[in-house]
Amino acid sequence: MPYRIIERRMTVPNIHEFVVEAPNVAASIRPGQFVIVRPTDRGERVPLSVADFDRDKGTVTSLFQEVGESTSKLALLKPGDTIPTYAGPLGGASEIANFGSVMLVAGCFGIGSIFPLARALKEVGNTVWVILEARGQHLIYWEEKLKEYADKLWVITRDGTRGFRGHVSRLPDILSAEGLKPDRVIANGCTFMMKRVTDMTRPLGIMTIVSMNPIMIDGTGMCGVCRLTVGGETKFACVDGPDFNGHLIDWNEFLQRRKTYYEEEVEPLRRSGSGTVHHCRTC
Amino acid sequence: MADEVKKKKEIIPTRMPMPKQTPEERIRNFDEVALGFTGELAIAEAQRCLQCKKPQCIAGCPVEVDIPGFISRIAEGDFAGGIKVLKEKNALPAVCGRVCPQEEQCEKVCVLGKKMEPVAVGRLERFAADYEASEGKQEFPDIAPKTGRRVAIVGSGPAGITVAADLAVLGHEVVVFEALHDVGGVLMYGIPEFRLPKAIVQREVDYVRKLGADVILDYVVGKTKSMESLLEEFDAVFVGSGAGLPWFLGIPGENLNGVYSANEYLTRVNLMKGYLFPQFDTPIKRPHRVAVVGGGNVAMDSARTALRLGADESHIVYRRSRDELPARIEEVENAEEEGVIFDFLTLPTKCLGNERGWLVGMECLRMELGEPDASGRRKPVPIEGSGFIMEVDAMVAAIGNSPNPLIPRTTKGLTIGRKGNIEADEETGKTSLAGVWAGGDVVTGAATVINAMGAGRKAARSMHEYLTSLESDKKAGS
Repeated sequence: MPYRIIERRMTVPNIHEFVVEAPNVAASIRPGQFVIVRPTDRGERVPLSVADFDRDKGTVTSLFQEVGESTSKLALLKPGDTIPTYAGPLGGASEIANFGSVMLVAGCFGIGSIFPLARALKEVGNTVWVILEARGQHLIYWEEKLKEYADKLWVITRDGTRGFRGHVSRLPDILSAEGLKPDRVIANGCTFMMKRVTDMTRPLGIMTIVSMNPIMIDGTGMCGVCRLTVGGETKFACVDGPDFNGHLIDWNEFLQRRKTYYEEEVEPLRRSGSGTVHHCRTC
Repeated sequence: MADEVKKKKEIIPTRMPMPKQTPEERIRNFDEVALGFTGELAIAEAQRCLQCKKPQCIAGCPVEVDIPGFISRIAEGDFAGGIKVLKEKNALPAVCGRVCPQEEQCEKVCVLGKKMEPVAVGRLERFAADYEASEGKQEFPDIAPKTGRRVAIVGSGPAGITVAADLAVLGHEVVVFEALHDVGGVLMYGIPEFRLPKAIVQREVDYVRKLGADVILDYVVGKTKSMESLLEEFDAVFVGSGAGLPWFLGIPGENLNGVYSANEYLTRVNLMKGYLFPQFDTPIKRPHRVAVVGGGNVAMDSARTALRLGADESHIVYRRSRDELPARIEEVENAEEEGVIFDFLTLPTKCLGNERGWLVGMECLRMELGEPDASGRRKPVPIEGSGFIMEVDAMVAAIGNSPNPLIPRTTKGLTIGRKGNIEADEETGKTSLAGVWAGGDVVTGAATVINAMGAGRKAARSMHEYLTSLESDKKAGS
């Protein structure tokens, strides 16, 4: 049952906006959930977080980053092409409630996946603050879309080309400079970034929810490859998550497990010098 | 009378041997190990059947195949007749002939088996099914007129397919919802190619499609649509979502790289064709010394897969002894022939890793057998001070599965048992929810293909009664 690509466009270098016609998924997917796609019949099953959906048109949008074999294949798709598999929605939906004020911190593909969260949280009355983090200003996207729902938005760039210079470790500076005390922090993006956010918020005692992105195969709780340790217990990200309390996660173990197929997946692309592989190599 | 006596005297006491790939050959490929009877071997084996006046074998079969019936046709050389009789009761004979534990079922109670080796019922069933496939002509039963009733089936594994086939033949509109991107459930992702070729699974499911059932892939009931919504669109629902929740040992270090559940290990190889990486994109590691923990069919499959992936050593680490192994006897023998090393009375207690988070060994304890436990098998008891380290670079936990929790956790009103299983009536498959039936591993916990089919058969019967009793104005959606 092939699924039609409505749009596949490079939004910022190596991050692609990906819109697929999948009415069954579009009808029920909620912020925080993900889909599993296969680019070809011989392809891997790849999880992608939802960034937007149109229940009337029957389309689902994700942002993905080229980091290896499968995402490179997805990056070659054009509108009108089809892919053999688009399964979902998978995972638990994010908790949406009026917490008071929520700080959303995002980088890379996470900028896409916090968009539906910002919208949903605003709709139930939260004060919504957004921090976007990237290597440089050329990697920031969807800023105007987010500003529709964010009461305030800041940018942090590694190279200082915009906003605060540095990385998410500037979070406490932003909070103190603006006198903010968010009731909740939500972080989406690569593992290192989310871990750093939890390091920043732990001493401040702010509940921090992260969206974990381990290796997956079925995504339905059947195989256990997505397991991580949360509060000393083993959980499956695909059915118990992907949202978890970031302060309870064994991040070192998680980073280790994500590297399992580095040799097979990422190394060949790095050696071929395609240069599109994400700098931190393991997110 | 005289003929019968003569016939008994001429019976060959041993079964016809099954042609197989040699062990040395077959550990280098994923092709089917057992090559199947030739016509002559089939006829010779079929002629061993006594055609008992009071056959015991039919009751030994969970779906009550007319065993003497199909065997007598084969004995006469009427292979087409044989498959016709088989298919009256069994929708998946090519599968069952290969994976049923016949030694626990039909062949166990075979009358001939009291004095000689029992008739090789499984091998004959396989022969008949394969014969039909090679002839290219498929037998179809007559389909009853459309009833206008709509049935949703969750899962395209053995239970779901059986219900789909039975209800489609009775004229109901059947839609099968499958979460994965390919059909068959455990038949596709769990059982290896060398035991059950995937082309056969495709063919069996295509047969069900030809009977009129619709199959929708990538559809995760409980997520894509809730059971409540499904019940609004369909007159009845059968849940056959299986035992897809792996058990880990719960020992330290189990999250190290190189530790897999058998589900992950086998799914990478069987469903995602990891053994053909990089022609297929899903990667699989090829570890040198693999320890598979467990003693069932899944453990044998994992250990034999490890050899085929090039392991220098593949171990079965089992806490009891050979006599207690629950695996199908043919698979244990095949594993032994292929060189799998059996470490009986051994229990891993800890996984050891290196500084990069990779498994390098397991701490183990030796066991001895004490008094029988609840399962009736002697309980393994650790021997104090017997600890030792086994150097391995992969561990596969093949100690069992629980029912997949997706539907139990998301369906209101469905009574769930202690083990996360859907509670269903043993005779009818009815659950606590009106309009919902369940069968197979999601009800019993991990069991066999044929048990799932048996449960499917019973549920289909009960569902048909229910569907035909519905008042004609109680149509779905009105």
